[in-house]
Amino acid sequence: MDKPKVATASLAGCFGCHMSLLDIDDRILKLIQLVDFDKSPVDDIKKFTDRCAVGLIEGGCANEENVKVLQDFRRHCDLLIAIGECAIMGGLPAMRNGIPVQECLAEAYQKGPTVHNPSQQIPNDPELPLILDRVYPAHEVVKIDYQLPGCPPPADTLWEALVALLNGKPLHLPYELIKYD
Amino acid sequence: MSDNLKVGIKNICREYGRDRSRLMDILEAVQGQFGWISSEAIDLTARELSMPRAEVEGVVSFYAFLHQQPTGKAIIRMCDGVSCNMNGGHNVADLFKKELGISFGQTTSDGKITLEHTSCLGMCDQGPAAIINGTVITHISTDTVKEIVHTLRETADPRKLVKTFGAGQNADRLIQSMVTNNIRKHGPVIFSVMEPFLALKNALAMNPAEVIRDIKTARLRGRGGAGFPTGMKWDFTREAEGQRRFVLCNADEGEPGTFKDRVLLTECPHMVFEGMTIAGYAIGAEEGIVYLRGEYQYLKNYLENVLAERREAGLLGKNLAGKAGFHFTIRIQMGAGAYVCGEETALINSCEGLRGEPRDRPPFRAQQGYLGAPTVINNVETFCCVTRILEKGAPWFAQIGSQASSGTKLFSVSGDCNRPGIYELPYGITLKDLLVEVGGEDAIGVQVGGPSGQCVSPAGFNRIICYEDLATGGSIIVFGPGRNIIEIAGQFLDFFIEESCGWCVPCRVGNVLLKERVNKILAGKGEPEDLAYLEELGKTVKTMSRCGLGQTSPNPVLTTLQNFRGVYEKGLKKPLDKMQRTFDLDSALQEAVRIQGRQPVHFQD
Ligand SMILES: Cc1cc2nc3c(=O)[nH]c(=O)nc-3n(C[C@H](O)[C@H](O)[C@H](O)COP(=O)(O)O)c2cc1C
Ligand code: SF4
Ligand code: SF4
Repeated sequence: MDKPKVATASLAGCFGCHMSLLDIDDRILKLIQLVDFDKSPVDDIKKFTDRCAVGLIEGGCANEENVKVLQDFRRHCDLLIAIGECAIMGGLPAMRNGIPVQECLAEAYQKGPTVHNPSQQIPNDPELPLILDRVYPAHEVVKIDYQLPGCPPPADTLWEALVALLNGKPLHLPYELIKYD
Repeated sequence: MSDNLKVGIKNICREYGRDRSRLMDILEAVQGQFGWISSEAIDLTARELSMPRAEVEGVVSFYAFLHQQPTGKAIIRMCDGVSCNMNGGHNVADLFKKELGISFGQTTSDGKITLEHTSCLGMCDQGPAAIINGTVITHISTDTVKEIVHTLRETADPRKLVKTFGAGQNADRLIQSMVTNNIRKHGPVIFSVMEPFLALKNALAMNPAEVIRDIKTARLRGRGGAGFPTGMKWDFTREAEGQRRFVLCNADEGEPGTFKDRVLLTECPHMVFEGMTIAGYAIGAEEGIVYLRGEYQYLKNYLENVLAERREAGLLGKNLAGKAGFHFTIRIQMGAGAYVCGEETALINSCEGLRGEPRDRPPFRAQQGYLGAPTVINNVETFCCVTRILEKGAPWFAQIGSQASSGTKLFSVSGDCNRPGIYELPYGITLKDLLVEVGGEDAIGVQVGGPSGQCVSPAGFNRIICYEDLATGGSIIVFGPGRNIIEIAGQFLDFFIEESCGWCVPCRVGNVLLKERVNKILAGKGEPEDLAYLEELGKTVKTMSRCGLGQTSPNPVLTTLQNFRGVYEKGLKKPLDKMQRTFDLDSALQEAVRIQGRQPVHFQD
């Protein structure tokens, strides 16, 4: 039987959630016995080659490309899991929500205290994705099936969740893995 | 200016004995004198009262009627209640914006007029209404907006807009308001002739325990909404330990669609104050406070005068009505535009000069209420019933109404009916009979008990208004053919979002999420699963909120879901994919397209 396929994406995130996935250490060997990775930064496959059982989403949507990728994931994956604060709530990038786009660009490229930009130009290459009016959590753009909280979710949380899902078993996370204060 | 401010605030604080529990009065006086409460004024007040600046600012920022920014000479507060809006309030509001050239929350550039929205003003039977510097203007139409704006520009004196006075005491020299009573149905308990002061005489001829026994025999239950047995409440307070005790009258009347307490205070103030005095005698209290909502400021001088009359007649003060050893005084505490202050623990906080946030229970206010002392809080109408019970006797009262709900109830009726106004009717009447009475037979739905109550569909019009079936604090809003029930539920949610004190997450956040989902359905993007979501989230908000506001705030959605399910289901579509239909990429990119001056990038899928 073919192994189920898993895809992952980092949208408006810091890659911390992906690093946490790698933190399962040697269990990664077990993981690749259980699944094949499709589109993912882990194996650097850029385009979906097949339908996937599970898609892991890190980060929310800050620009048009994030939206396109997320919608693409929704079309290709049976289940989508939002992992981490950024995907679930918008996270740190969403701190710009409530500030007009113009001010955000000015602060980032012109006025910020650490900015050195003598020409005062704001990047505007036609290939650069435009930014959205605010940062949207993943579930506001497409339907999300599960959420794994944390910043990032601990490696054990990701591992337990994937194993439970692939075996069709209920997920029991110990309290330490889901408490954050 | 600064010296002025210093002296002014010093004098005001001195007037209130530098008592920080009177902070509400102090801040209102500061605003009255200087127009608004500046950062400097907050500093000075904090210093005078030896309290942290943050606490003073916390109070100022809590109340809608206290301003931390300069305002125009005239402040138009346009009622945003559902009843006013059903009468064309939205059109009037739009016209005000147009005439003044500003949006809500702004002041005209000449500094003359500020335009604001406010939750229900309690003028639901004579809307659209606005309150301008304390003066109530009713029946505003698109024709009168121009005149209002013109007059305010010329004189800044809204009293010039009052051309005729309402009936009854509304024309009293101390009120002189255009507000009308619209009393449509007189009943035996409230609106009938009363032998002056007989009730108090009868009460003082008994001992306090006997007075409470009478209230219990009459089976009187609270008229403010929750319906707690009044006699039992008084017993608890009487038995509680404490040097001082207090009687509080809840005249905050903020539940949209309720305006009966306004009419009672206008026409029957003696009955209210006498009821409070009897309560004082029964529980052993010497001090009473009427917590009057800021919107009813125009009644304050009149009520103060009634209190003065009663003092002169020996019906308030020391050894009153000749009863040696019984002393009782009443003062009026003004609120400042916060619905949640009608909740009794929030009301106590507000009386103590704190933010009007509800308290945790226990301790219960019967044991530890105002200033930590045993306290009774009752609704205005409840006190009126008390007076009548002591005048006519408990058995007389108990035989009116139904077995478990004795007496009559005042209904404030508004919305799509021919005869909006105040009705005194015995408990036990069916909703259908009430609709006939008010001329609203063709109703497609009725909101009973305001937004925190329930929205009843025609299938429920045989239900009986009493504590066991359809309980209500008196608010009845009739929806006629053509009204959009879901849209109205959404407006009620807006009310709760606006009035939540924000202390607990389920209430502060949950209601916003409910509203978003209702908006989705209203936009024609609803999906079957949205109804289950609304029900589940509504249940969470109800069970996890701290006070009655949050515990009832999902009711507009939950009761319409229950009684008007078909209306919701009609607009739902089962989606073909798993995209969110509420997300619109084009509009999310509009800003960036404008700023960066180029079209979105076309990504290949
Ligand atoms: C958010 C909220 C607002 C309330 N507003 C009022 C009000 O305006 N008037 C009132 O009498 N009771 C109001 N109540 C009910 C009071 O908390 C309290 O139950 C009532 O004043 C008790 O008086 P009663 O027993 O005579 O009805 C409100 C309750 C809540 C939770
Ligand atoms: S949730 Fe935390 S770790 Fe994950 S992408 Fe966001 S910031 Fe990084
Ligand atoms: S339920 Fe709402 S109004 Fe009541 S305490 Fe909580 S946040 Fe405040």
